[in-house]
Amino acid sequence: MKDAFGAPQSLLVLGGTSEIGLATARRLIARRTRTVRLAGRPSPALERAAAELRELGAEVRTVAFDALDPASHEEVLGKVFSDGDIDMVLLAFGILGDQARDEEEPLSAVQVAQTNYTGAVSAGLVCAGALQAQGHGSLVVLSSVAGERARRADFIYGSSKAGLDAFAQGLGDALHGTGVHVMVVRPGFVRSRMTAGREEAPLATTPGAVADAIVTGLRRRSETVWVPGALRVVMSALRHVPRPLFRRLPVR
Amino acid sequence: MGDTVTPMSVDTVSMTGWGRTAPTTALRFRPRTYEEAVIAVTGRGPRGVVARGLGRAHGDAAQNAGGSVVDMSALDRVHAIDPAAGTVVCDAGVSLHRLMEELLPLGRFVPVTPSTRFVTVGGAIGADVHGRNHPSAGSFTRHVRSLDLLTADGTVRTVLPGTDLFDATAGGLGLTGVVLSATLALRPVDTSLMSVETERAADLDAALAGLAATDDRLPYAAARIDLMARGKATGRAVLTRGEHTPLDALPARARQAPLEFRPARLPAAPAYVPEGLLGRTSAALLAELRFRGTRAARARRLQRLSAFLHPLDALPGWNRLHGRGGFVQYRFAVGGGQEEALHRVVRRLSLRRCPAFHAVLQRFGEGGSGWLSFPVPGWTLSFGLPAGLPGLARLLDRLDDEVAAAGGRVCLAEDSRMRPETLAAMYPRLADFRALRAELDPDGAFRSDLSRRLAL
Ligand SMILES: Cc1cc2nc3c(=O)[nH]c(=O)nc-3n(C[C@H](O)[C@H](O)[C@H](O)COP(=O)(O)OP(=O)(O)OC[C@H]3O[C@@H](n4cnc5c(N)ncnc54)[C@H](O)[C@@H]3O)c2cc1C
Ligand SMILES: NC(=O)c1ccc[n+]([C@@H]2O[C@H](COP(=O)([O-])OP(=O)(O)OC[C@H]3O[C@@H](n4cnc5c(N)ncnc54)[C@H](OP(=O)(O)O)[C@@H]3O)[C@@H](O)[C@H]2O)c1
Repeated sequence: MKDAFGAPQSLLVLGGTSEIGLATARRLIARRTRTVRLAGRPSPALERAAAELRELGAEVRTVAFDALDPASHEEVLGKVFSDGDIDMVLLAFGILGDQARDEEEPLSAVQVAQTNYTGAVSAGLVCAGALQAQGHGSLVVLSSVAGERARRADFIYGSSKAGLDAFAQGLGDALHGTGVHVMVVRPGFVRSRMTAGREEAPLATTPGAVADAIVTGLRRRSETVWVPGALRVVMSALRHVPRPLFRRLPVR
Repeated sequence: MGDTVTPMSVDTVSMTGWGRTAPTTALRFRPRTYEEAVIAVTGRGPRGVVARGLGRAHGDAAQNAGGSVVDMSALDRVHAIDPAAGTVVCDAGVSLHRLMEELLPLGRFVPVTPSTRFVTVGGAIGADVHGRNHPSAGSFTRHVRSLDLLTADGTVRTVLPGTDLFDATAGGLGLTGVVLSATLALRPVDTSLMSVETERAADLDAALAGLAATDDRLPYAAARIDLMARGKATGRAVLTRGEHTPLDALPARARQAPLEFRPARLPAAPAYVPEGLLGRTSAALLAELRFRGTRAARARRLQRLSAFLHPLDALPGWNRLHGRGGFVQYRFAVGGGQEEALHRVVRRLSLRRCPAFHAVLQRFGEGGSGWLSFPVPGWTLSFGLPAGLPGLARLLDRLDDEVAAAGGRVCLAEDSRMRPETLAAMYPRLADFRALRAELDPDGAFRSDLSRRLAL
């Protein structure tokens, strides 16, 4: 159960090696989290992540989960929930893709869409159903500012996040009153493995800062969280910039 | 059952405790008869069931995510009042407010009342509540002569004091079953007024000394502590003591209707309140006014019973004043001789300048027989803080450690954030409680968010 500050006792991370996901898990273990399930594609990195969290005192297990195999989600995730309540699900998987290549190779663009959108729709709905049956819990979805307005530089990734964002918002409304809380997190440029080697965007932030924002959002039961918070204002201005001008804005 | 054919009300609702934190959703049944209560319990789903009174527990004791909650407030019949024996038999959903309305005209009063009278008899048993007269009266279940308990198998058992099932149920947070009705022993009173003495205490030691010196003549006593005061004034307080006013102490005019019960009520607090309204500045100002407004020397006056015992009840829905984020109540007790721990806690709070509201220090007498009953002989301090206060979660964890190290305990009925690890040290009879539950209710039919959170 979550406590009065929204701190969960059990956590399921979808995308168990995600840097943002693990930073969040560390923060939550320092509070109330004692049980962690890291769901992801089996790899030494996933096991290393589990071992690292165990060091912090949590009971951690890994679960084989592939976003690109939605047919398996019901069974894989169902099993996690049948072992005990999950107070919080962090939907952290995602791929950035390579915009230039993806434009050339539609099938690799489809991978981005299927991972970030289709995979999240499937896993999100399965988790939402299980949380609803529990009568409590938070589903925290890592969206992105890139989904707020598609840009020339990353519109394939951006559009997948736009779809994910709209899906998560709608799901939050659908679950209103069921005891389940859906929180959409929109980070800007986060210095992680995903963005390694790319030129930093203004207002760049860190996985730890995203984790802190998530912890605060849980307490407030926020529905939307921007990281850093200033992006809320920046993006609401950018949203209204006319297309011809928007096209010419410096990218990333 | 009467001739009613309308089905029992059942709906899916989101619930919180009085602190308005951690909402969860459950199926709420509202039985009007014992038979309907049996149906609600036997028809539970896999996530179990728990009773709920008026939801005055601050945390998650009376909610059950994804399961069933039995709202007892419609089971509210007062069956029999025996003025000679001084007892009342009533349903568990009857509120203490209602009992006061019924009993005062007969010159009787509830033996123990918490500082709100909007609690049910079932809730008063489930939390084994205490009042300001704890040193002489003990906690609520000391005055329960018998109770009827609906258990997991759907049977109703009459439970008498002195049995294990009674001791597990007294303060058992609804986890042994649903109390359907109870027989309570009452206290006689001449009037519905209180003779009240107030006095300033310059610091925490003075407040402790004042409470320790309380005499039998004034059985109700409490100190409102100013947790924002610092330096030499740390822990300064306003001490209040009272007794039920005897008839001959009333002015002639009042003697005509000595037992009239007329609690004052203001309009309800507004539904939306901006966060931070009751912040540091206003908390400090109110504390200052209260302290300055009290005469340094003892002053005696007559007060309405409700104004003395239930000051917060005058403002319905006051818990909304803490905004959307809600608030966290912290109540702990430490034994006599552990005053140093009390000092350390008060110092920590004052150094942090926590905008604590309604901080009350009381003395506890002998503990009750309930295995999870809260009071232990010594001291209890309680206060509320806005849940959004930065660093509050950690601060309260530190206080838990302080309290546990002093052999003290945190009150479970008001808790909304404790760690399960700290529990066993605080409640030595926990193992007995678990063993009895395992035998009586092997499938864990009775469960609550609190029982899940603390693995009770
Ligand atoms: C302003 C305020 C002041 C307070 N002051 C005090 C005080 O001075 N001293 C003190 O001790 N407490 C105090 N409390 C706490 C309060 O008295 C208890 O939490 C009490 O249990 C609330 O009663 P309720 O009917 O609202 O029960 P709820 O809050 O609905 O339930 C409380 C617990 O009792 C159980 N329960 C309720 N009905 C039944 C039943 N029929 N059978 C079995 N279990 C049942 C529930 O499952 C739950 O575990 C205060 C609370 C408030 C809001
Ligand atoms: N970094 C940023 O700048 C930024 C900004 C905004 C939003 N976000 C979003 O935040 C989330 C986490 O990002 P991060 O920075 O922590 O990146 P990361 O460290 O690269 O994490 C991405 C995670 O997704 C997993 N994943 C990818 N494809 C998968 C699949 N088919 N099945 C299961 N898991 C899969 C990866 O697992 P493997 O180990 O198996 O590859 C990895 O655990 C992502 O959704 C990302 O879009 C990131």
